[in-house]
Amino acid sequence: MTRVTVLIVSLLVALPLAGCSGATRAEPSFEEGGVLRGKLLLTGSSTVAPLVTEIAKRYEQLHPQVRIDVQTGGSSKGIADARLGTADVGMASRGLKPDEADLIAHQIAADGVGLIVHADNPVGELTTEQILGIYTNKINNWKEVGGEDQEIIVVHKAEGRATLEVFLQHFGVDNPAVTPDVIVGENQHAIKTVAGSPGAIGYVSIGTAEADIEAGIPIRLLPLGGVAASTSNVASGAFPMSRPLNVVTTTSPTPLATQFIQYCQSPDVHDLVKSQYFVPTASETDAQK
Amino acid sequence: MPRSDQLLKIVCRTLAIGSAAVVLLIFCFLLRESWPAIASLGVVRFFTDESWHAQSGQFNLTPMIVATVITSLGAIILAAPLGIASAVFVQFYAPPALATWHRRLVELLAGIPSVVFGLWGLVVLAPLVASLGGSGQNLLTASIILGLMILPTIALLTDSAIGSVPRTWIQGAAALGLQRSAVVGKVVLPAAGRGIGAALVLAITRALGETMAVLMVAGNVATMPTSLLSPGRTLNANIALELGYATADHRSVLFVSGLMLMLIVSVLVIAASRSGGSSHAKG
Repeated sequence: MTRVTVLIVSLLVALPLAGCSGATRAEPSFEEGGVLRGKLLLTGSSTVAPLVTEIAKRYEQLHPQVRIDVQTGGSSKGIADARLGTADVGMASRGLKPDEADLIAHQIAADGVGLIVHADNPVGELTTEQILGIYTNKINNWKEVGGEDQEIIVVHKAEGRATLEVFLQHFGVDNPAVTPDVIVGENQHAIKTVAGSPGAIGYVSIGTAEADIEAGIPIRLLPLGGVAASTSNVASGAFPMSRPLNVVTTTSPTPLATQFIQYCQSPDVHDLVKSQYFVPTASETDAQK
Repeated sequence: MPRSDQLLKIVCRTLAIGSAAVVLLIFCFLLRESWPAIASLGVVRFFTDESWHAQSGQFNLTPMIVATVITSLGAIILAAPLGIASAVFVQFYAPPALATWHRRLVELLAGIPSVVFGLWGLVVLAPLVASLGGSGQNLLTASIILGLMILPTIALLTDSAIGSVPRTWIQGAAALGLQRSAVVGKVVLPAAGRGIGAALVLAITRALGETMAVLMVAGNVATMPTSLLSPGRTLNANIALELGYATADHRSVLFVSGLMLMLIVSVLVIAASRSGGSSHAKG
């Protein structure tokens, strides 16, 4: 009786520990008789990972001999893993820094972040100083920036969210300096909050906002620096608050990695990019340059 | 002892130990995951830091503990009278046909997914509460939503606690000439007291543990609330908001907030069982 109990308890203890084994290096890939086969491991940005996962599913269907494993852990992990060779390809939701010049970034999509207000809000555009003032509690009423006499409700994102980082970086502000009235998680949460509260201002992924405006949700994207917040302006690079979504390799990626990156950059996956509310980039692939 | 009894005994004991072990395992897991943060930061910093900005090294959990307790208390204050009244209505005042339908409706309320409550709170209730000032996403809205969510727990458990009061007591009280209101107030409710207490404890632990609906309507700003119309972030909303995007220390600190929640629930359950509200319904 006691032996059985000990066995069960030790099994239960062991279960949660069993899932913690680290990532293993993927086996080297090779081409055999024109058929791609092998394994590919991608790690890094949690923003890029869902998109790459979708692309990988489609790629695996096209190449049944290929297995692609996608793991998250942040852009820095993606870059470190690509550099150390613990992953074949890293994922980074930002450009490479000067000290990361030993790696090559292949852009697979772009992500734009736009400010949204309620559709009834008469304010046409806000300057950078005004937006900073609103988010750091120096401006609390819409009439101070040319709107109606109405309290400003500042909608902000939770720490660690990709859109938050783009926002903070663009406006050069530290998160503790921001004084939000509401903190939201998902883009949808931000959009529903702004739609339900005429005095609110928030920022979300432009692709998501465009889809919701089309669906009749009462929000409006504000232009930034005179440039309209639209996916086309993000794709052309004209919109200032955006960033590239990259996959990162060393200067000599494996043939399978090169193939997969070309596929990620091809027009065949533009529908997947759009379904994740990101913006496809020009179809010329870095790997072909 | 017959062989079949022996077997049953072993099976029952093993399963009982297994179900108790689940709680201990969760506790051990939380402790293991949060240990790096506790060891490197110390416990005091979770109460003395300036604010909660995990990525800037500020880890004050106090406002979240306060928000968690306020929303749960608010929920129980709203839901307890409604739930108990609903049970009394079903047992003593409703015509049998209406009682059946009323019970079914309350059971239906229990089956609504929490994200539906959250969405309704976000798009319908919050704009209404906003007329009192602010964004409408605040502790009051969260309490109302939580109150609705725990209402069926209180109503149904109180219903069965009242149902288990011996009929003879009620008939005796009626035979003494007591009015129905007096029978309910002086005999039935005191007799069902322990069961109702258990219902309230179960409801408040459910309120403490609820995440998604609260996250959608509470505002989630991790500063000390100053009124019911202040936004607040509960401990579990904190985990849900940031865990998916947290790495290393930040992740570990989020497990501390889970540990903190578990401690609050433990304290509550222990306090409730000490004060006589036994954790099993009388019956």
